[in-house]
Parts: sequence; structure tokens; C-alpha cells
Amino acid sequence: MGGVTMSSVLFDVPGPRARARHRLIGAITALVLLAGLALAIWRLYENNQFEYEKWEPFVTPAIVQDLWSGLLVTLQIAVVSIVFANIFGMLFAVGRLSDHWLISWPCFVVVEFFRAVPVLMMVFFLSIKYASEIGKFWVIVIPLILYNGSVLAEVFRAGILAVPKGQLEAGSSIGLRKYQLMTIILIPQAVTAMLPAIISQCVVALKDSALAFVIPFDEIVSVGNDIRNEFHNSFATAIVLAVVFIVINYSLSRLAIWVERRVARRGRTALKNAPVVPGAGVGDQ
Amino acid sequence: MDVLFEEWRQIVDGFWETIQLLVISGLIATVVGTMLAAMRVAPVRMMNAIGTSYVNVFRNTPLVVLFILVLFGLPELDIQYTYFEKSVIALSVYTAAFVCEAVRSGINTVAAGQAEAARSIGMTFTQTLGRVVLPQAFRAVVPPLASVYIALAKNTSVAAGFGITEATATLSALLNNDPQAAFALFMGIALGYVLIVAVISTGSHLLERRWAVSR
Repeated sequence: MGGVTMSSVLFDVPGPRARARHRLIGAITALVLLAGLALAIWRLYENNQFEYEKWEPFVTPAIVQDLWSGLLVTLQIAVVSIVFANIFGMLFAVGRLSDHWLISWPCFVVVEFFRAVPVLMMVFFLSIKYASEIGKFWVIVIPLILYNGSVLAEVFRAGILAVPKGQLEAGSSIGLRKYQLMTIILIPQAVTAMLPAIISQCVVALKDSALAFVIPFDEIVSVGNDIRNEFHNSFATAIVLAVVFIVINYSLSRLAIWVERRVARRGRTALKNAPVVPGAGVGDQ
Repeated sequence: MDVLFEEWRQIVDGFWETIQLLVISGLIATVVGTMLAAMRVAPVRMMNAIGTSYVNVFRNTPLVVLFILVLFGLPELDIQYTYFEKSVIALSVYTAAFVCEAVRSGINTVAAGQAEAARSIGMTFTQTLGRVVLPQAFRAVVPPLASVYIALAKNTSVAAGFGITEATATLSALLNNDPQAAFALFMGIALGYVLIVAVISTGSHLLERRWAVSR
């Protein structure tokens, strides 16, 4: 972004003595960290967490195949949830901005409700009450749509409100109707500006797909749960699952940052202060 | 509807557990998260790297996986805690990453001149951060921190999947007993969460207004 950032003004440019001191502090920090890690690894080793048996499942082709199909299901859950969440979010954002209170009020209540209720609660409710009718896939996907859709509704609303007033006035002055103003002028600009936030929401959906393990379903965390119950290798399984998620979500976060920079370069930053998406995997790096 | 009155004791107990998880994890996460934010802006590169890695690792791991790691991994490190304590650890570790990001964004909103002024009168990094920048950053950080605590309030429900009988686990147990009353139960317990969220966001609005200073 250029200009003075806070982190560069918090301390003076270190001189030779300060640099030596920083190197010393850095070295001590690294040593403490390494000692802690070494202790942890030693204890894990003592408790046989590194023996081949515990990790064997993750090099066994059949199990790797299961994990792979589990990952595909996880991705499928995330993609379907995000696609519908976008539609839901767009409808409710526009609804909340409606001039008619009969439309805006119910939209407000629905959005606030689903932002406040835990996804897992909805999953329990659907799985106990409706699992046989809608199937396990929708038992996890519907709560994700309702939650992410409500968060995205707020994101879109902020995006629409952030489009400069002059745009609306220009549109009105050439005789556009309200819905034309919305669809031709406001929404396209809001969506472009909100693209990074939408990608961040994918990270949230991917992480929350893990909640399906309570049903359980066929996504990767449920597969992992079966593996750790069968081979008693909870530690190894959790590490493998964590690495898979970190790789995917970190890449998505980088993508969001890249898109954000591109959008900013094109001068389309309708939003200076993007609303904070709780639980999103993206911040300015 | 009656089921809510018949089972109120169990529901209140469930929410009491939820609130304990929320408050204890929230406090630990705030302390750890603020320390991480300080590390991320510190002049020592090693500390920057640790702060950044922490955030990237724990922000991108599903909370469920973190629960598995903490609940079943800690015993392998010969660290014995109760399920409740381990749930608090998992929630705190996870939430600290988000607190760190919120506080860091707050640090960036403090006018650069403030830190320059602090340095020009000879304050060290710790003094500049602790006495000048952070106190101001916390004012700017109230709304995003409130979002983090709201997310935490809902995330406590993940403990339900690991044998903690908080509000969501109570719902699940009551639903299994009485599927007929599912809708009333769901709405009743959902309203409990709505109430918690409302308290947090009202508190944050009040604090925000109180702490707002004319600059």
C-alpha cells in the first residue's frame, strides 16, 4: 500500500548494538522453541507415536484412496454451500436494503438469527429430525448455506452501501428504476469489491464441513475419525488432517490476497474497511 | 413448548457450561492473541516468524481437527487434563489466532505519528507498544474483537462432539428423547445463543461509544 505502516515506526532502525541484541533475543527464542519441540517429540517417541504402525495407514493405497475421496466430498460440500450461500446472501442483502419494512424486517431477523446460531446445532437438529428425508449431504450443507449466506448477506450489504452515492444519483438521473439501479450499478460493483471476502468465506465453509463428523458423513474428517478409531492413531490422523486443511486453506487465503490486490489496482475498492468476517482465514498479510 | 419448561434445569446447566467455556477460553485467547500480535510487530525477525506461522497454522485448521489433536494428542505428551480443560485449550489456541489478527489490525489503525512521538522522547519498542500504541489500538479493536468472541461463543458448541454437555449437546440429548418437540427445543436453545450474541454485541457497542475519543 505504500506510506508509513505501523510496524515500521514502532522502533528505530536498529544500530549495530541493537542488531546484536535482536540476534541474541532471536537465538534465545529459537532455542526455547526448539527445546519445547524436542521435548514434545521425545515424549511422543516414548509413547510410540512415531512407530511405523501408527503412520502406516497413510501410505496404504486403499486408505489413501478413502482419504482422497473424503477430500473430494469435503470440497463438494464447500463448493455447493458457497454457491448457494452467495445466492442466499445476495437475496437477503437486497432484501434488507429494501424500502418496504415488510421485506426488510424479516430479512434482518433471518440474517441475524442464522449468524447467531452455531452450525453444529443446526446439523444436530437436521440429522435427528430430517436425515432420512433430505440425506446426510444436505444435513451438513443446509446449515452451511444458512450460516455462510447470512455472513455473506452482511458482506454484500456493506459492499452495496459502500458504492459512492454519485453512482446512484447518476443512475437515477438517466431514469433507471430501483431494480435497475440495483442490478446494473450497485451489485456488479459490490461483487467485485467483495470477491476477496467471498473467497475467505470458502475457507470458513471448508473448515466447517468438518462438523459433519457428528453425523457422520463421508467427508475427510469423518474418514479420519474412522481411521483413528480403527488404528488408535489419533495423533497421526489429526496431524495428517491438519496438514491437508492448512495447505488448501492457506492457498485459498493467498488467492484472496492476490485478488484483493488486483481489485485494488483496478481502482474498484468500493470498500476501504472490509467488514470483519468472523472465522475467515484471511487477513492482510 | 412444554418441553422447554420441563427440561429447563438441564438447559440452564448446558448454557452454564457454554458460558464457562466462552469466558475462560475468551480470556486466555485474548492474552495469548495480544502477545502474538506484539510478536508480529516486534523488531526481532524470529518472533515475527513465530507469530505469523502460529496464525497461518491455527486459522486454517478446522476446530474439530484441533479438538482431536488436543484431546487425544496431549495425553501422548504425558499431559493429563480433564475433557473440559482440554476443550478450553483447543478453543483458546484456535481463537488466539483470530484475536492476534484483530489486535494487529487495531495496531495499524493507530496514527503513525503517535509511535513516532513516543520514539522521539526515547521510548523503547516495549514502551511504545505497551504505553502508547496498544491502549489506543484496543479502542479501535472493540468491534472486530466482539466478532471474534461471538464466533467463539458459537464455536464452544464443537465441544458437544467431544463429550462436553454444553448447550448444543443438551439440545442433541433432548432431541433424541423427544423428537416430537424438536422445533420448540431448537428454537428455545437457539434463542439462548442469540441472547449470548446480543449481550456481546451490545457490550461492544457500549464500550465503543464510551471509549470513542475525539481525535
